[in-house]
Order: sequence, then structure tokens, then C-alpha cells
Amino acid sequence: MFELLGVPPQALFGQLFLGLINGAFYALLSLGLAVIFGMLNVINFAHGAQYMMGAFGAWVLLKYLGIPYWGALVIVPVVVGALGVVLERLLLSRLYHLDHLYGLLLTFGLAIIFEGIARYAFGASGVSYENPIPGGVNLGFMFLPWYRAWVIVFSLAVCLGTWLMIEKTKLGSYLRAAVERPDLVQAMGINVPLMITLTYGFGVALAALAGVLAAPVYSVTPKIGAEIIIVVFAVVVIGGMGSILGSVVTGFGLGMVEGLTKVFYPEASNIVIFVIMAIVLITRPAGLFGTAK
Amino acid sequence: MRLRSLMLGVAAAALFAASAQAQMTDGGIKIGVLTDMSGTYSDLSGGGSVWAAKKAVEDYLKDKPGLKVEVVGADHQNKADISANTARQWYDVDKVDVIVDLVTSSTALAVNQIAKEKNKVALVSGAASSALTGKDCTANTIHWTYDTWSLANGTGNAITKTGGDSWFFLTADYAFGQALEKDTAAVVEKNGGKVLGKVRHPFPAQDFSSFLLQAQASKAKIIGLANAGADTTNAIKQASEFGIVSGGQNLAGLLVFITDVHALGLKTAQGLIFTEAWYWDANDNNRAFAKEYAAANGGKYPTMVHAGVYSSVIHYLKSVEALKGDADGAAVVAKMKELPTDDKLYGKGTVRADGRKIHDMYLFEVKKPAESKGPWDYYKTRATIPAAEAWRPLDAGECPLVKK
Repeated sequence: MFELLGVPPQALFGQLFLGLINGAFYALLSLGLAVIFGMLNVINFAHGAQYMMGAFGAWVLLKYLGIPYWGALVIVPVVVGALGVVLERLLLSRLYHLDHLYGLLLTFGLAIIFEGIARYAFGASGVSYENPIPGGVNLGFMFLPWYRAWVIVFSLAVCLGTWLMIEKTKLGSYLRAAVERPDLVQAMGINVPLMITLTYGFGVALAALAGVLAAPVYSVTPKIGAEIIIVVFAVVVIGGMGSILGSVVTGFGLGMVEGLTKVFYPEASNIVIFVIMAIVLITRPAGLFGTAK
Repeated sequence: MRLRSLMLGVAAAALFAASAQAQMTDGGIKIGVLTDMSGTYSDLSGGGSVWAAKKAVEDYLKDKPGLKVEVVGADHQNKADISANTARQWYDVDKVDVIVDLVTSSTALAVNQIAKEKNKVALVSGAASSALTGKDCTANTIHWTYDTWSLANGTGNAITKTGGDSWFFLTADYAFGQALEKDTAAVVEKNGGKVLGKVRHPFPAQDFSSFLLQAQASKAKIIGLANAGADTTNAIKQASEFGIVSGGQNLAGLLVFITDVHALGLKTAQGLIFTEAWYWDANDNNRAFAKEYAAANGGKYPTMVHAGVYSSVIHYLKSVEALKGDADGAAVVAKMKELPTDDKLYGKGTVRADGRKIHDMYLFEVKKPAESKGPWDYYKTRATIPAAEAWRPLDAGECPLVKK
């Protein structure tokens, strides 16, 4: 059997594919972060906690209300997104005139509170959520669980939809305009504060959606958000803060890079993304897809 | 300034009290439960361990009204430096005589040294590293509940002897995981099995699909999980997703707690085989303890670590009472080694010269969902590993306390 860099090519394809699946989670999460940062200029540190709330939300719906996965996929993002709207109105909106740091500190504190509540309510070892589409297909080079295939297709669709909405629709043009000159947009009769609130709600809903997607594959624990959010921040920095397309492409790309590292040097697989981040920051401080402001 | 004079007053009073009551330092016994109160291991130790220590004190004091015992708890956040600082503060300033639980090996190893330095006592229930009774053993520490050697020995032996003779390890890339992998590999090879490969994954990790794919490609009959907590549950969950078990390979959890099985659910965890020291549904005493525990801890059930904390505190109090003093930590530990242990949860046992507490271990298998009759009814006992075979031989641990 011929080998590629010491690894059978089948194994390599398999790992690349798995990387793509992980990349789907990175992309969805970093997309939400990028939308929020792009429109609100807020670094939403509570994003991981909101992702965790999504995963627990799916579990609560199933356990206490008997609502299955497919229902959760719609209900949970709406509910968690609404919670985000309340947060934005009540707390975040008071900080827009201050430095980024205040928003970061506020959301960081909120993340710790949410995590603590989840630990109190559900315990540290977490809960289990059943796979809604068990089984899979043998692709020859790997066994592909149906659920993971669904994750890739669905998150690609969501990312594409979000990008189209922001770049190609009238609503999106309002949003982009409001980022550049809120005063002018307001003067045209558009309710900018409402738009900003809804944008935050949308970004949070994306995080919750990723949480629902993650529930069947990962152990649902209060810590899942804290563990993934650091990586996602690195993805956003590499892609370019606030760049929608950048965050999606980098999310999927870095997932694959990480997948390859897991084959060739697994010990380094949790730092490879940060090494790349350091290199990008040195050579292109605005990120791969970002433009310096 | 006023605060400082107040503190001086308190210190003077404490000194005075200490000299007035020569036997017990500062007039009573103080037990510190140093554990993970908020992190990954807080369900299997944490607040439950504080409860178990208090319960042990309550049970022991029932017919001894004269003795004054206090229990305090603190969070070490699974960090060795925080653990060491708290231990120093407790031993030096807060008059703590004995520190119990100590989940996470790095934190236990740190306190192990400090207890020796200050001549106090450390009773380790939560941590796994067998170094505590090996090259790092001291005259002030007892390792109570389980260790990496006994887990590897129990599970490795049972599986290799029943046909699981080729292994692939998924190992958490830090001291604990590597020790567990090394100990298990030795048992597998001793029984004529082969280790076909291993992959060291970062700690903590969330996605194991890539590592599982490598394990699958190795064609090993057994995939050994040399990790703990969420790493183990994630690996098991994803192994089921990727059809590893239905494809003919089996998983061996090398350190699994009942809280992990609870988090996984029986549907995913069924059939898993592993070694533990204690199970709540083994006898009436355990069941009564578990019932009280669950009532006080939000419906959760106790792990072997909680029961170990209970057992170690009972034996400590008994030994201090026999010695009529708690000031000399090494003397208390020597007394604990001299007296046989006997409590309602771990039954009769002994403490060995190297500080190893000796009791039976059990090989458990997780029930199928249909076999489970109630909440937390998760295990069936596959085998009892007698105390004589469950632990590393005394002369094999390189503990300096053991005379050759």
C-alpha cells in the first residue's frame, strides 16, 4: 500500500473530513462572534456560555417537555437569542460609548455566572443527549456517521445564508451602513438601536444553534463552552475581526489543519491553531480577511 | 491598626488555649477537605466530600460527647500551586491537623510534601497516582481509595484473560494518563497480550473522532481509555457514534466513576467494564449512606471517593483517640498503620507500611438499560479482586519507607 507522508491516504482523507466537521462548529461559532463584533464592536466573551446554554437547552426540552432534537433546533436558538436581546438592552447597551474592554469584562463575567448556574443545576459531569440520527455510511476511507454529515451540510447552509443576508440583502446593507455611520442611517429613518439589539440576538442565536448541534456528539457539560471559545477567538483573530466570510473560511480551514495535526503529531493538536494565530498576527495583524481600520 | 491588635489578641488566645489543652492542638481536631469544588471533578469529589467528612465526624462522635472536631472545605481548582498554598495556610495558620480527599494527582503530590515538611497528615482519596505510595511515599500520607496500579491491574487482567489480547491506548497527555497507560500496558504484556499502538491526546480534549479513527485502523480488539472525566465520557460517546463497538472492538475505561456513567446514560455506557473500590448498591450499609447522601446533595449518588473520605476520616479519628493526641502527624499515621481499619463503608482492612490502604477492589460492568431498576442502578459486579491481589506488591513500589 502506498503512503503519503507515512500515513495511508485513506486515513488522511478520513482525518481531513473529520477536521472539516470540527471546522463546522468553529465556523458557526466564529460567525456569530464576527457578526456581533462587526456590528456592535463588542467582543462577546459570553459566546461560549451561550453555546453551552444551547446544548443544555436541547437537553431540557427533551427531558422535561419531550420535544425532540428537530424541535430544539428551532426553539432553543430563538429562546437563547431572546435572552441575548434582554442582555443587550439591559446591560451591554450601556457600554457602547466606553472602551471595548468594558464589554469584554461584562460578557466575561456573565459567562462565569452562566457556567456556575449550569453547574449548580446540572452538575459538573454533565448530561447525555441521544444521537437523533444514529448509524452511518462506510465511505471506504472512513465510517461517516449520518449525524456528522448533517452537521456539515446544515452549518454550511447557515453560514452561507448569513453571509448572503448581510452582503446581498437590503437589510444587510442597512446593517453595514449602520456600522460605518450610525448617525446618517438614523437620519434616514431607520431604527439603529433596534437593529443592533436584533443583531446581538442573532449572533447569540447562532451560538445556541451550534450548541444544539453539538449536544448529540459531545458530552454536554457546563465547561463545553469555555473549552471551545478560546479556539474560536483564535479563529476570529486569524480570519480578521468582524469579517463574516473570513470567519467562516478560517473556521473550516483551521478545523482541517487541526485534523491533520491529530494524525502527525497529536500532542500538538490543541496548540497548532494558536501557533498559526501568532504567525498571522506578526505578518498580517488585521487577519487573513480583515482590513486595517 | 485595630485589626492588627485584634489579630494579636486572637493569636495570643490561641497560644494560651494550646498550652492549656496539651493533647489536642488548639483544643480539638480540625479536618480540611481540599478538593475540586467547581471544576470537572466536583461531582465525583467536591462538596460531596465535605459532606462525607462531616458525616463521618457525626457518626464517630455519636457516643463521644467530649471530643471537638471541626470540618472545613476549600477549592483547589485542580491546580497544584493553589493546593500547596491552601495546605500551608491551613497547617500553619488555621490549625488544620489533617487534609483529606485531594482529588487530582498533581494537587495530592504537592500536599504530600507539605504534610511531611510540617509533620501533619494527608489522607488521599480522590487522586490516582500510585507514586504516592511509591517513590514519593512519606510517613505522613495515606493513599486511601484506589490508585493507577490497582485500576490497571483489575481491568487489564480481567480483559486480557478473557480474550482481549490486543490493545490500543487513548491516553490523556499528562502524568496521570501516562502512568495509567504504562501500568496497564505492563499488565497486558504480562498476560501475553500485545499493545498495538497508542495516541496521546491533549488534556482536556473534546473531539475524539480523529483518535478513534486511528484506534479503529489499528484493528486492536480493545481500546483502552487512559483518561478521566469528560475526556472519557466524550471518547465513549463518540466511539458509539462511529460504530467502534458495533464494529467488533471493545472499550476499556481505565478510570470511570459512577458520575461518568450517569452523565453518559446507560444506552451509551452499557457493557463497559472497569475497576472501582466501592459501589453504593453493594450492601445495606452502602445503600443507607447513599440514600442520606442523595438527600443532602441534590439527588446525586456518592462515588468511591466520597465513601473513601468517610472511611479515612473514621480511621483517623479512631487513631487520634487511641494515641490521645493529634500534634505529631507522623505518629498519628504510624498509629493508623498499626490499627486495623474497620468502618461501615469499606469494612475491615489495613494500612500498609508504604501508606497504601488495603481493601478489596471490584470489577464492574455497566448494566443494559433494561436491567436497571431505579435511579443510579448502573453496575453489576463481574468479579471481586481480593485485597491480596488488588494492590502493587509492597516491595515493587520503590517506597523508601519499606525496608528491603
